[in-house]
Amino acid sequence: MYEIVEGVLEALRLIVTLDPDVMAIAVRSIVISLTATIIASIFAIPLGAAINFGTFPGRKSLINLIQTLYSLPTVIVGLLIFLLISRVGPFGFMRLLFTPTAMIIAQTILILPIMTGLTISALSAVDPVIRDTLRSLGATRLQFLVNVLKEARFAILATVAVGFGRAISEVGAAILVGGNIAASSFASSTRVLTTAISLETSMGNISQSIALGIVLLVIALGVNLAITTVQHR
Amino acid sequence: MHVLRYFCLITMHRRIIFAVATIMVALMLICGCTGTTTDPTPVEKQQLRIATTTSLYDTKLLDHLTPIFEEKYNAEVLVVSAGTGKALEYGQRGDVDVMMVHDRAREDTFIADGYGIDRRVFAYNYFVLVGPESDPAGVKAMAPEAAFTAIREKGMADKNVVFVSRGDASGTHSKEKAIWKAAGFNYSADVQGSGDWYQEAGTGMGATLTMTNEKEAYTLSDIGTYLAYKGDLKLVTLVDEGDILLNVYSVMQINPEKFPETNSTIAKDWINFLISDDIQKEIGSFGVDKYGQPLFYAAQNDWEKIGVAEAEVKNPVA
Repeated sequence: MYEIVEGVLEALRLIVTLDPDVMAIAVRSIVISLTATIIASIFAIPLGAAINFGTFPGRKSLINLIQTLYSLPTVIVGLLIFLLISRVGPFGFMRLLFTPTAMIIAQTILILPIMTGLTISALSAVDPVIRDTLRSLGATRLQFLVNVLKEARFAILATVAVGFGRAISEVGAAILVGGNIAASSFASSTRVLTTAISLETSMGNISQSIALGIVLLVIALGVNLAITTVQHR
Repeated sequence: MHVLRYFCLITMHRRIIFAVATIMVALMLICGCTGTTTDPTPVEKQQLRIATTTSLYDTKLLDHLTPIFEEKYNAEVLVVSAGTGKALEYGQRGDVDVMMVHDRAREDTFIADGYGIDRRVFAYNYFVLVGPESDPAGVKAMAPEAAFTAIREKGMADKNVVFVSRGDASGTHSKEKAIWKAAGFNYSADVQGSGDWYQEAGTGMGATLTMTNEKEAYTLSDIGTYLAYKGDLKLVTLVDEGDILLNVYSVMQINPEKFPETNSTIAKDWINFLISDDIQKEIGSFGVDKYGQPLFYAAQNDWEKIGVAEAEVKNPVA
């Protein structure tokens, strides 16, 4: 118990004094996971729309497959990316292993299924009356899509938040393809909140772990708070 | 009708502008992540990728040495900490430039297979058997082989006697297997899976020590990591004498003939840096102020004692 109290106090000190190490790790986490979320959104939202409004054979099975991939284990994604970008792998010439870019790729792939699936759910939940009205008013395909997306914007925003949440909280892929490197320059380092917590705990630096954990929670809470504020406006 | 269409057009444009802006931000962020590694200084910094055994990392020896190197060679050092087994795997895949490991037998295979070249020995220390002060297996001051035998025997009878193995194909794990073998046991048949007394952690040295401490168990550790963690542990040294406990650290570069993009020049600089007089002194004195004794010994003048050729500790690689 003493350890926890002491850890929390030290953690608060690290946060209040804006400890440079803790801040660098937090900012790096946000940059990497936010980038992954933006890239995944660019693919997942149009893809989700295409699947939702499209009619093609195997559509139901495809949706089932996507939903199954919600629980894609992070270490499996990590292993897959590791094998692809390791020097002897097919993309080895790009020298991506142990870089932040590798982590962005892994996180993008990790959250792509859940973001696509939630986009489908968001769009299919749009009131049929709106869809019918749009059609009866003679909207073109693009106009139709834009307006339905607009109607579902809060649900899609929530989708983005879920994607970001999963990206920033995963540790398996980050450690496999990132290598948890603490380099002297910000851009070469691959130590993020989750991998740092894992390392610091194993090294017995409990207060550092708690501080990083609190920062991670604050980021997650902040994102959700921002989303709900927008939704209730 | 007109109004709706007009409205749609505006929203559409807004959407397109938003989409374009989003993509631009994404691209900028990507560039920010990958590009700046090459941009920040007019003279491009060379990157050296090192895969290291956990003991050199967990003791903070590398944290101590890398800034000196970075300054001197205007380089950036990227350290991936993994057990020797994993480090060798990274090397074999060409994912790093240099490896720092401590498993003589597997290093020999690695070199014979043509993956590694220019091996130099830069440090050594000893393994220790650590355990709870109460020492339920009664192994204090025994020879390593006898102590292992006793732990196995007592462990099978007494629930309180537990041995935590690294279990991660690291150099320390190799050494542990060598001790079991020297004690006359077949590792996979007589030790692994012979009961709950033997538990494999599958993790680094620091984490294994932390786990052993929680379980009040025994484990084999290099003295460096044990001393660095001692403040947080209730474990004590029980066995620290025996030739088999010698622990020799080597550095080598990945064969550039196998992996042409390997940064061979900076890799050689790193090897020569480690065996240079100044850095050998740094290694030999590292931790003395904090722990009252060195965590590692410099290999430079003790090559006979640790059984390697003089050239392997002294001759710079060309």
